[in-house]
Amino acid sequence: MSAATFKMNADLEIGDERKKWLQAYRQMVRIRTFEEHVNELYTRALMPGLAHLYSGQEAVAVGVCETLRRDDYITSTHRGHGHCLAKGAAPDRMFAELLGKKSGYCKGKGGSMHIADPATGNLGANAIVGGSVGIATGAAFTAKRRKTDRVAVCFFGEGALGQGSLYEVMNLAQLWKLPVIYLCENNMYNEYTHFSETTAGTILGRAAAFGIEGASVDGQDVRVVNEVASRFVTRARSGGGPAFLQCDTYRYSGHHVGDINREYYRSKQEEQLWRTDRDPITVHGKWLVDSGQAELADLERIAAEARVEMQAAVKFAIDAPYPGAEEVSDDVYA
Amino acid sequence: MPEREITFAQAVREALSEEMRRDERVCIFGEDVAEAGTPFKVLTGLVEEFGAERVIDTPISEAGFTGVAVGAAMTGMRPVVDIMFGDFLTLTMDQMVNQAAKAHYMSGGHWNVPMVMRTTLGATRRSAAQHSQSLHAWFSHVPGLKVILPSTPFDAKGLLKTAIRDENPVVFFEDKMMYKLKGPVPVDDYTIPLGVADVKREGDDITLVATSSMVQVALGVATMLEKDGISAEVVDPRTTWPLDEKTLIESAKKTSRVIVLDEGYGRYGVTSELAAVIAEGAFYDLDTPVKRMGAMHVPIPFSPPLEDVTVPTEQTVFEAARAMCK
Repeated sequence: MSAATFKMNADLEIGDERKKWLQAYRQMVRIRTFEEHVNELYTRALMPGLAHLYSGQEAVAVGVCETLRRDDYITSTHRGHGHCLAKGAAPDRMFAELLGKKSGYCKGKGGSMHIADPATGNLGANAIVGGSVGIATGAAFTAKRRKTDRVAVCFFGEGALGQGSLYEVMNLAQLWKLPVIYLCENNMYNEYTHFSETTAGTILGRAAAFGIEGASVDGQDVRVVNEVASRFVTRARSGGGPAFLQCDTYRYSGHHVGDINREYYRSKQEEQLWRTDRDPITVHGKWLVDSGQAELADLERIAAEARVEMQAAVKFAIDAPYPGAEEVSDDVYA
Repeated sequence: MPEREITFAQAVREALSEEMRRDERVCIFGEDVAEAGTPFKVLTGLVEEFGAERVIDTPISEAGFTGVAVGAAMTGMRPVVDIMFGDFLTLTMDQMVNQAAKAHYMSGGHWNVPMVMRTTLGATRRSAAQHSQSLHAWFSHVPGLKVILPSTPFDAKGLLKTAIRDENPVVFFEDKMMYKLKGPVPVDDYTIPLGVADVKREGDDITLVATSSMVQVALGVATMLEKDGISAEVVDPRTTWPLDEKTLIESAKKTSRVIVLDEGYGRYGVTSELAAVIAEGAFYDLDTPVKRMGAMHVPIPFSPPLEDVTVPTEQTVFEAARAMCK
């Protein structure tokens, strides 16, 4: 929606629209701030394991999740903090999980790559690339069979395009007209390898082969992502079947926090260009200000609130107790 | 409880149809499970009663439909997946081992995966190396999965009903050669708890621990041994996980001699685990080391004279048992 058409809407709608886009901004800032704290925790050796940061890709998770209901399903990836937050997870319990604490979403048993939360429809982040494509499709199967009106969004990176199981479930989803959106976040790098070296043909051609409706959008513009995602979600919810959405985006950091020297696979100039010209928060913030929906002070206030929220969440996690060793055998079986 | 004799295949089919009547969330995914009723005709008639919405023919995509079943189970269905030949389990391994088995634990107990995977095992059907393997040891190795190896129509029906009602992913192995085996099965509803071994025959001189296809072999051997004045006990664990260690150990202590029989590969296999459990639990009561008898460490060959020597037979087990009792 352009600023011009926006101004022609009724007052109430103007209020709702403004609220919606400010909320999108807030969510992106919260994710960015969350990840900045993850980076700090990790580099201070307070966080065990691996940390795959979502910074740079916020418009994808937020653009999509802002069109979902709380009871809609998502599956996420090893780079999943953004999806979890966008779907409504609480940062304190997320940080607690990242630090292996008992009050984390998974009682410390999952960690950064496995955050799951039934309350927000989060079927779980997955550390097998493409590992959750079946789960998301199965959730859509349940939604259709039990007529719950829910939709499943399967987030995966372009690296998962190399996995055969993706094509198996896309075939099933189209045959059975399941309400699932295959959400390909193309951040251009399969770990340390540019996707052009691993991906023959076109990305959307894969969806076309199954007759699945597909679209490719600028994943740095939350409004664009939201518009197309909304269309696909509405269509899926009303029985129109699966869709495939390619969001072109960029991962600011390395594959994980420890991936420091990256020049053998991408240049500093390229990284800088995405940060300065295509940052999703900057792009959206500028639009909010230029279209008169927010003052700079509003944006600064949102950023300050996010900092306070995340600092408190980190403190909660640091202060939280670890699980007792006797809990190691709990939850192996239901 | 009134009983009648039905085949192993009928017992499986009855378990499925009764559970599908009882619980509308139960559905079946698999290749040629609907009108075809599977190549083994185990599911004949189910699609007519429950419709194609619940008895669902899939493309030949084992990883794909197993993954869909995992997600369906997590969100409120009770899928039963049909993997036609146990050899095709390899294609489902990520879904079973990394997804189904771990979803509950990784999520801190928040998500459950109440699904059943039915599949087959067993050689001597002249089907060669990719349609004859018994790969249940792989699944028994993974925390989060339960593994069932029924050996009679009665066990098949009762254990499958329990599996479908279980909140966890359960893998259910059916011996292809056993589908026509007949046995008494009650008419009324019953279930059999997982992790409870069944003493198929009581004896004093030697224990034959046997699973699945090997139970019938062990019972035949017991009859042969009886003629030589040797009293053999046949213990069927029925599930490799959970495992009824106590019954195995008690039988070993009683007879002091044990042969463990299983159609999977002997190396790093189910026989090894069961033998280790018995050795740890009954070592000082044993007169002789526990003997393992499983499939030879070769791909299953096609030619009948070759295939027949790869798995334990009544004759080879009889000779081993008699030698042990001398």
